[in-house]
Amino acid sequence: MKLRVLSDYPAIVVLFIWMLGPLIATIYYSFIRYNLLNPRIKGFAGIENYEFLLTDFVFTDSIYNSIQLLGSIIVITVVLGLLISYLLDQDLYGGRLLQLVIISPFFVMPTVSALIWKNLLMHPVNGYFTYLLGLFGLPPIDWFSDIPLGSIIIIVSWNWLPFAVLVFVTAQQSMSQEIKEASKMDGAGHVAFFSQIYLPHLGKAIGAVVMIQMIFHLNIFAEIFTTTTGGPGTQTTNLAFLVYRKALLDFDIGGASAGGIISIVFANIVAIFLLRMIAKNMNSDQ
Amino acid sequence: MKSNRVLLSILGWVIGFIIFFPILWMVMASLKTEIEAVATPPSFFFIPTLENYFVVQNRSDYLNYAWNSIVISVFATLLAILIAVPASYSFAFRPTKRTQFKLVWILSTKMMPPVGVLIPMYLFYKNMGLLDTHLGLILIYTLMNLPIVIWVLYTYFKDIPQEILEAAQMECDGLLNIFLYILLPLSKSAIFSTSLLSIVLIWNESFWSLNLTAFEAAPLTTFISSYSSPEGLFWAKLSAASTLAILPIMFLGWVTQKQMVKGLTLGAVK
Repeated sequence: MKLRVLSDYPAIVVLFIWMLGPLIATIYYSFIRYNLLNPRIKGFAGIENYEFLLTDFVFTDSIYNSIQLLGSIIVITVVLGLLISYLLDQDLYGGRLLQLVIISPFFVMPTVSALIWKNLLMHPVNGYFTYLLGLFGLPPIDWFSDIPLGSIIIIVSWNWLPFAVLVFVTAQQSMSQEIKEASKMDGAGHVAFFSQIYLPHLGKAIGAVVMIQMIFHLNIFAEIFTTTTGGPGTQTTNLAFLVYRKALLDFDIGGASAGGIISIVFANIVAIFLLRMIAKNMNSDQ
Repeated sequence: MKSNRVLLSILGWVIGFIIFFPILWMVMASLKTEIEAVATPPSFFFIPTLENYFVVQNRSDYLNYAWNSIVISVFATLLAILIAVPASYSFAFRPTKRTQFKLVWILSTKMMPPVGVLIPMYLFYKNMGLLDTHLGLILIYTLMNLPIVIWVLYTYFKDIPQEILEAAQMECDGLLNIFLYILLPLSKSAIFSTSLLSIVLIWNESFWSLNLTAFEAAPLTTFISSYSSPEGLFWAKLSAASTLAILPIMFLGWVTQKQMVKGLTLGAVK
C-alpha cells in the first residue's frame, strides 16, 4: 500500500501545482492594474480590465477571428478527412505507403509549415501558386493581404488534415469485416455505404476530432506569428495572439490576463463535453 | 471491379501527391541555388547542390538550435516518463474507487489553453531567471506532456494480463521487485514508443518556445521563425534549414502513428 501512495502522488501533485498556480495568478492579475513599463499604474482594478477588453473592438475582432478559424479548420479537416479515410479503406495499390505520405504534414512543425507556405507557395511573385494560376491565365493572388485569415486557415488545415485522417482510419479499423462484406453483397454502392454505415460508425471519432481541435486551435499562434503578425489591421488577430500582443508588446498584464481567463472559460466549456465522453468510454471498457 | 481498384488507387495517389507537395517542393528548393529557387517558371529539373546545408550551419549556427531541440525534448521526455511510469502502474494494477476520477482529472489539465496561463508563467520565469534556459522549457514540456504520457502508458499497462502479475506476486516479494523485474521488462517497448511520441510532440511545440526563448535555449521552432524577417529571404537556405528540422522527426512520426492517435485523442478513439 505504501508503494501505491508513493507512485501516483508525484504526478498528481506536480500537475495540481501546474494547473492551479498559474490559474490563480492569472485570475489575480486580471483584477489588478499592472503595466510592466509604468510602475505607477497599480492597485485593484475591479472588473475594469474585463470591461476595457470587452468594449475594445480589437477584442471583438479577435473573438470573431478565433471562431472563424476554429469553424473553418474543423469543417475542412473533418469533411476531407472522412473522404480520404474512406478512400484509404478501399484496398488501394500501395495503400499503406500512401497513408504514410498523407499523414506526413502532421509532423511538420508549425513555424516551418507557415514559412514554406508563405514563401515557396503563396508568394505573390515567385510562389508556386502564382505560377499555377498563371498557367490558367489567372492573375496572381496576394494571399496574405487579399485573404489573410483564409491563408492561415489553409495552412493550419493542411497541418491538421492528417490528424483527422489518422483518427478516422484508426476508428474504422474497429468496424467488423462482416458488416463491410455483407453490405457489399447487398449491393450497397459507395454513397449508400458511406452515409449509412461508415458515418454512423465514426460518430464518436468525429466528435473527438472536433472537440480536440477546438481546444488546440484556440492557441493558434506560431502560424500567425510567423506570417502576418496579426495583420493587416486586426484581420488575423485571434484570442491567443491578442493576449500575446497585450502582454509582450503593450506590457498590459492586467488586460492580457483578462483575455487569458476568457480563453480558459471557453476551453472549459468544450472540455466538459470531451471529458464526459472519455469517462463514458472508460466505463464501457470495464 | 479490377478497373475500379485501379481508378481509386490513382485518385488516392493524386490526392497523396497534392498533400505531400509542399514538403516535396521544400526539399527540392533546398537542393537548388538561390536563383533557381525563386525562378519563374519554377524549375523542376536542376543540378542538385548541398551547398545550402553547409551555408545554413556556417551562418546561423544551426547545430546550436538542433542541439537545444534535442536536449529539451529528450530530457523533458525522460522526466515525464519517470513521473508517469509509477503513476500509470498504480492506476492500472492497483485501481481504487477514485482511479477513474484521477485519470479524467489528469486529462483535464491538458485542456487548459496555454494562452490562459502565459502571463503568470512569463512573469514567474522572468523573476526566476528561467527565460531562455533549457531548464525552463524542459519543466514546461514535462508538465505539458505528462497527461498524455500517463494516459498512453496506462492503456498499455492495462493490456498486460492479470495472471502474469499474479504469478509474479508468487515468485517475487515486494511490489518494487515485481515492478523492476517483471513489469519494466514487459513494457519496455511500450515505454520506448511512448517516449518517441513525447519527443515528436515536444519537437514541434511552438507556443511556449516562441514566447519563452530567444537564442541561448531556442529550439528549431524558434530558429525557423527568425527566417520570417523580410530582409532575410533566402528560400533555398530557409528550405534547407526547414528540411533538417522536420525530416528526422517525420520518420519518428511515421513509427509512432498508433501512439499518436491514442495520445492525442486521450483514449476517446481506440
